[in-house]
Amino acid sequence: MKPAPFAYHKARTLEDAVAQLAAHKDARLLAGGQSLIATLNMRLSAPTLLVDINGIGGLDRIELTGDVLEIGALVRHTQAERSGLIATHAPLIARAMPHIAHPAIRNRGTLGGSVAFADPAAELPACLLALGGEVVASGPNGVRAIKADDFFKGLFETALAPDEILTALRLPAAKPDTRVGFAELARRHGDYAIVGLAATARAAGDKLTDVRLAYFGVGDTPLRARKAEAALMQGSIDDAVAALDLAPHDDVQATAATKKHLAGVLLRRVAKQLMEPVRA
Amino acid sequence: MPKHSVDICLTVNGESVAERVDARTTLVDFLRETLGLTGSHIGCEHGVCGACTVRMNGEIVRGCLTLAVQCDGASVETIEGLSDSGEVADLQRAFEERNALQCGFCTPGMVATAQDLLARGGVPSRAEIREHISGNYCRCTGYHAIVDAVEAVARQRAGAKG
Repeated sequence: MKPAPFAYHKARTLEDAVAQLAAHKDARLLAGGQSLIATLNMRLSAPTLLVDINGIGGLDRIELTGDVLEIGALVRHTQAERSGLIATHAPLIARAMPHIAHPAIRNRGTLGGSVAFADPAAELPACLLALGGEVVASGPNGVRAIKADDFFKGLFETALAPDEILTALRLPAAKPDTRVGFAELARRHGDYAIVGLAATARAAGDKLTDVRLAYFGVGDTPLRARKAEAALMQGSIDDAVAALDLAPHDDVQATAATKKHLAGVLLRRVAKQLMEPVRA
Repeated sequence: MPKHSVDICLTVNGESVAERVDARTTLVDFLRETLGLTGSHIGCEHGVCGACTVRMNGEIVRGCLTLAVQCDGASVETIEGLSDSGEVADLQRAFEERNALQCGFCTPGMVATAQDLLARGGVPSRAEIREHISGNYCRCTGYHAIVDAVEAVARQRAGAKG
């Protein structure tokens, strides 16, 4: 199908884009467009105005400041894939990248767009949650930071106000004791996951602390499996799998029972990755 | 005031093009309907099948997930351009020799995607080839012949260089 008619505005500044969003209640932001344009083509959404933010300067930077890695909203997946800063300081993101869609889509899609769209089966929202990162948003009232734990509110629903723009992701830079794990199951490489798991932890002797397990594809948002996190910190993978408190629904890809089983399979794989130091 | 139609200037297969387009026109519709370049195919129109793959500023993109208006100032190359320049002649020959196409609907996107991988140099593994074309559906061949063709051309090009 073809999109319903809409007007187009190419924003040159963040202020301009925020003003357009405030003036047009059903406007949508166009970043990479790899989810948005698909929904327009299928007429799942029909905004009257697209505000193209690709011309706004400075939103495509990746910068390390102290122990925080800031990734601009317009950084494209391909750019992240090739980034030495991300490989070194956000190895979880680097590990997730090859699973995200296909080369032609990674060339256009943006990290900010993926997080703002908040598809519950997407990799990056779960990575942000596992890392305990923050979203930086600009709106008419200025700039604010929103913690990942408070950001994902529901199905495709986030803490962003209608006239706010996600401008960057802030991630804690990896330390020597940082451990990360990532695994997903998909029918075709690059498709949305049937179930996926992004995880971080810190090594403490032969134990793990600060374990964060963020599942995707099992609910309306990326979800932390807190009981399994606690069990894994006690040192037992079997107990962690038994403690998985997820309640996935049937969907087109798999039944709830299958998803729940696969979540346990992924936890065993990811737990093994968490036991090993990160190799850049 | 935001507009429903926008004037764009871009380069398509090396030639300058200036047109007024509806904001809602996708790049692949613009190429096919306005410019008559029907080598880029429209399959699923939501980014899954890869039949509309073209090159924009040197990188492959989905023609159905890019708006024509976003290509203002860009350089776009379609299968027509890649064919005329001879850049993919060896790939096209190998596809034909190895029966890597039957109906041919996926072939323009498949060739553009394969060329994107091969242009990086070296001889990719079969797994790497499969991963790179994972976003391009072929409903005829079962992919083996396509992987054969891409692998054969990678070897030929590496051999020719060495």
